[in-house]
Amino acid sequence: MGSNMAEAHPVGFQWVMEAKARGAEVIHIDPRFTRTSALADLHVPLRAGTDIAFLGGVINHILEHDLDFREYVRAYTNAPYLVDERFQDTEDLDGLFSGYDSGTASYDNTTWQYESQTDSGEGGTRAKEQSRPDQLGSGGPGVEGGARKIAADPELKHPRCVFQILKRHFARYTPEAVEEICGVPAETFLRVCRAWTANSGRERTAALVYSVGWTQHTLGAQYIRAGSIIQLLLGNIGRPGGGVFALRGHASIQGSTDIPTLFNLLPGYLPMPDTSHEDLPSYLHKVRGDRQKGFWRNADAYLVSLLKEYWGEAATPENDFRFDYLPRINGDHGTYRTVLDMLDGKVFGYFLLGQNPAVGSAHGRLQRLGMSNLDWLVVRDLTMIESAEFWKDSPEIETGEIVPERCRTEVFFFPAAAHVEKAGTFTQTQRMLQWRDKAVEPRGDQRSELWFIYHLGRLLREKLAGSADERDRPLLDLAWDYELEGEDEPSAEDVLRRINGIDLRTGKEVDGYLDLRADGTTVCGCWIYSGVFADGVNQAARREPHDEQGPYENEWGWTWPLNRRVLYNRASADLDGRPWSERKALVWWDAERGEWTGHDVPDFEKNKPPDYRPADDAVGPAALSGDDPFVMQADGKGWLFAPNGVVDGPLPTHYEPHESPVRNRLYAQQGNPARKVFGRAENPSNPSPPERGGEVFPYVFTTARLTEHHTAGGMSRQLPYLSELQPELFMEVSPRLAAERGLTHLGWAHVITSRTAVDARVFVTDRMRPLRLEGREVHQVWMPYHWGHTGLVDGDVVNDLIGVVLDPNVFIQETKVATCDVRPGRRPRGPALLDYVAGYRQRAGVTPETGTRIDTVTRHDTAHLEEDR
Amino acid sequence: MGLADWIRSWPVYRQLTGRDRTGRGKAAQSGRSAALAARTTDADRVVGSVCPFCAVGCAQHVYVKDERVVQIEGNPDSPISRGRLCPKGSASKQLVTGPQRAERVLYRPPYGTEWQELDLDTAMDMVADRVLDARRKGWQDADEDGNRLRRTMGLASLGGATLDNEENYLIKKLFTALGAIQIENQARI
Ligand code: SF4
Repeated sequence: MGSNMAEAHPVGFQWVMEAKARGAEVIHIDPRFTRTSALADLHVPLRAGTDIAFLGGVINHILEHDLDFREYVRAYTNAPYLVDERFQDTEDLDGLFSGYDSGTASYDNTTWQYESQTDSGEGGTRAKEQSRPDQLGSGGPGVEGGARKIAADPELKHPRCVFQILKRHFARYTPEAVEEICGVPAETFLRVCRAWTANSGRERTAALVYSVGWTQHTLGAQYIRAGSIIQLLLGNIGRPGGGVFALRGHASIQGSTDIPTLFNLLPGYLPMPDTSHEDLPSYLHKVRGDRQKGFWRNADAYLVSLLKEYWGEAATPENDFRFDYLPRINGDHGTYRTVLDMLDGKVFGYFLLGQNPAVGSAHGRLQRLGMSNLDWLVVRDLTMIESAEFWKDSPEIETGEIVPERCRTEVFFFPAAAHVEKAGTFTQTQRMLQWRDKAVEPRGDQRSELWFIYHLGRLLREKLAGSADERDRPLLDLAWDYELEGEDEPSAEDVLRRINGIDLRTGKEVDGYLDLRADGTTVCGCWIYSGVFADGVNQAARREPHDEQGPYENEWGWTWPLNRRVLYNRASADLDGRPWSERKALVWWDAERGEWTGHDVPDFEKNKPPDYRPADDAVGPAALSGDDPFVMQADGKGWLFAPNGVVDGPLPTHYEPHESPVRNRLYAQQGNPARKVFGRAENPSNPSPPERGGEVFPYVFTTARLTEHHTAGGMSRQLPYLSELQPELFMEVSPRLAAERGLTHLGWAHVITSRTAVDARVFVTDRMRPLRLEGREVHQVWMPYHWGHTGLVDGDVVNDLIGVVLDPNVFIQETKVATCDVRPGRRPRGPALLDYVAGYRQRAGVTPETGTRIDTVTRHDTAHLEEDR
Repeated sequence: MGLADWIRSWPVYRQLTGRDRTGRGKAAQSGRSAALAARTTDADRVVGSVCPFCAVGCAQHVYVKDERVVQIEGNPDSPISRGRLCPKGSASKQLVTGPQRAERVLYRPPYGTEWQELDLDTAMDMVADRVLDARRKGWQDADEDGNRLRRTMGLASLGGATLDNEENYLIKKLFTALGAIQIENQARI
């Protein structure tokens, strides 16, 4: 779902085809008919932005017909736990959960806690502003209490147990509701339910695949929660052939979150400190509970080892390992916030390191106008890209909004080294680190990012040497002594060694995060990568041929954590440690040898027997029972209901996208009540019900990618082969829509939103199917987003059509659904374009307030405007 | 070529008498293609790499001759890709050797209308000065309640997701030490 794997991850898709050849049934649920659909047994088109309604329907079907894997659910999930009696569901509040505050559009989640845990709530605006859940990626949100019992009903009958809450919450997601919301006929929907449930359980498992078709929504995190709930109910997590697969779109997206260049994270999903963390103890106290279960409790060892890697000898137990050197966050400092701050003149310098936001980010116009208001910009890329040339060649030059002679931004363009001209690791979608050797030297001024950052750091330290300013200490004390290779290239292998971790007492590489200590005797750059240099060997560089090793091929590259292929694989065995079935055996308890063993590296303490019960006062890993497979979770269980960690509700709920042609059929609450909006004139929204004016933008719009181009095009639009294969921007429309709007196949047309209009060739095809909703026909239009005006092939920037509105959990923008109009012919050029779009805004009654009245249940009048910040 | 040789070189004859009965392999090969050798055969070395486009992580063999990349192919040993590459991965040689590759630092002064050339060391030095300036202009010691911030809001960074882990590590480390927090990545997008 939300993935076109055959075209976006073509070589990965061979394994789906391999499974199909062995009898697996493949179902593709996605608005567009693509090559993935063509190869699937069944394609189910649905309206973009309604996946939770569909998945909620599946959950309802499972619960109503008792189709869950009951033994698994009872033992391994939080289904039996009782929730606070003050908790109120969307059933009670017409689409809101208890704890909602209209004024800040955020939740206080105190009432979502387990009955016995009511003191561990967090939330409110601070959580929302800092993308708090994003910081809990490896730890899972806190639940205090160690091994102490959480109030539960093992019979799953108590009205306040998670299982019963789930049942009530999803009761209205009937096949009829799915049909009306998603546009999927009830019979087709039921066929999916039958296939999913029949292929799950003791003997069988089903896998779920998603991509950015799920993440790029105002409720993207909840889409994934909904999919995970189904997989937990059906016993498809931690088992072979099961799981939820996030297909990352770019070589090292996974790596860029593990070792983050993200404002709210330190490596290994440790949160960036904020203003409430006065010192190291208060930070540790807040990021992990002192009495918490599981491996996250050892966060002190992970953080101290990181601080030791950062500040070496200067970091000592006496000075809290220089925790005070870390800058503090106190709000949203994400990329979209930063761009708005550029417009407001609050940002002076900007680095773009292999990224092209003028094309690749939502609302390209905002990006370019922001860049035109900087002191300086540094762009590093393989080739010239739109973001480096906004001052001489951009849509705003055409409209006169940017004039080179009046644009003050100083721009530096540095040519970058390519992947064969430097050594290093990517972490790919399966959490695997693969090492690349350097094949040739880069030429001219081409350099790796490693070179650039290392030498920039060296220069800055030289310039500040001798400074008495306290502010410069973190830079001057920085451990910046990486080995150099050749003339002056930092050794990526040395950096990886220090990411892995070193025992300072022996000078040797540690073998894994279990070796890390909080007393300053180990350094480790990223605890989840600890083990990649086990035994002093670069494990990521292993290339044992696949036909010369076992079925799990664990001698190719290295997968975090500790080279495990399947996370939480303790769940592949039953409570007694036996595989649920012979067919689906993965790891199991070997009673004779007193250890966990199997085909994969067991994700469990090696010698802890299945019947182990911890003492009541145990904490951390020691508090995990022998049947707590979810070892990172604070209660050891898979979460059907999320008391913490998700800011927009403990359960996924169907809300309409920010821009939608219809009213929410299920609740008075129209859109995600906690979504992040930025109400300002530069960032208008198309109206959605209950606001008026939506008919001016009657169609559903979505974007996607092609096999032959890559994201913002910097790596593909310049290549003759790929440009020849996909030479021109296009839009796909159905024959009915073409007739309605007078569009001709291969002719020109343009798409309009309240942001701008872009033109493209028309591709009339019955791959786009109109959907029937509320008795009327709703059309969908899609465009690939790879084009811009640099390169061998040229086209308008499709992301210019999209506004900035974000998922509140992770601050990802809603690029996968919006509303639009489509008209034949080319768009107006030059300043006439601005007038044309302004005319549309006027007809639709669009103001900065449009779309910012988030609460549609109780307070229709609170607009969330930027000026009010 | 004698008559016998001429007959033996006839594709139908080769198809009927040789092992390629379907006529889709050796039997259909022309003299010219028989004389061709792949660029891979006389490479000086073959280097193990990974496709830099999507996140599947297909393994690549990079063929190098005279310190130039002459070919990039799939590595059949990989359990992920078994030697396959999609159109993007197959176009990697153009990605790294094509004429679109920029080789020189370029500089656009404020209000400038054209790029200028600039030498790498000078450019690095200028950037370092500007980093310190922007850092100073956006510096914040504490918030209005006196809580420690120790940061600058004056500079920001947005990285792509073809950066190596080692590169991301140094980026985060250096900017954190500078006090810069608006350090972001494609992963957010
Ligand atoms: S070859 Fe294609 S499928 Fe494989 S990693 Fe590269 S882009 Fe992805």
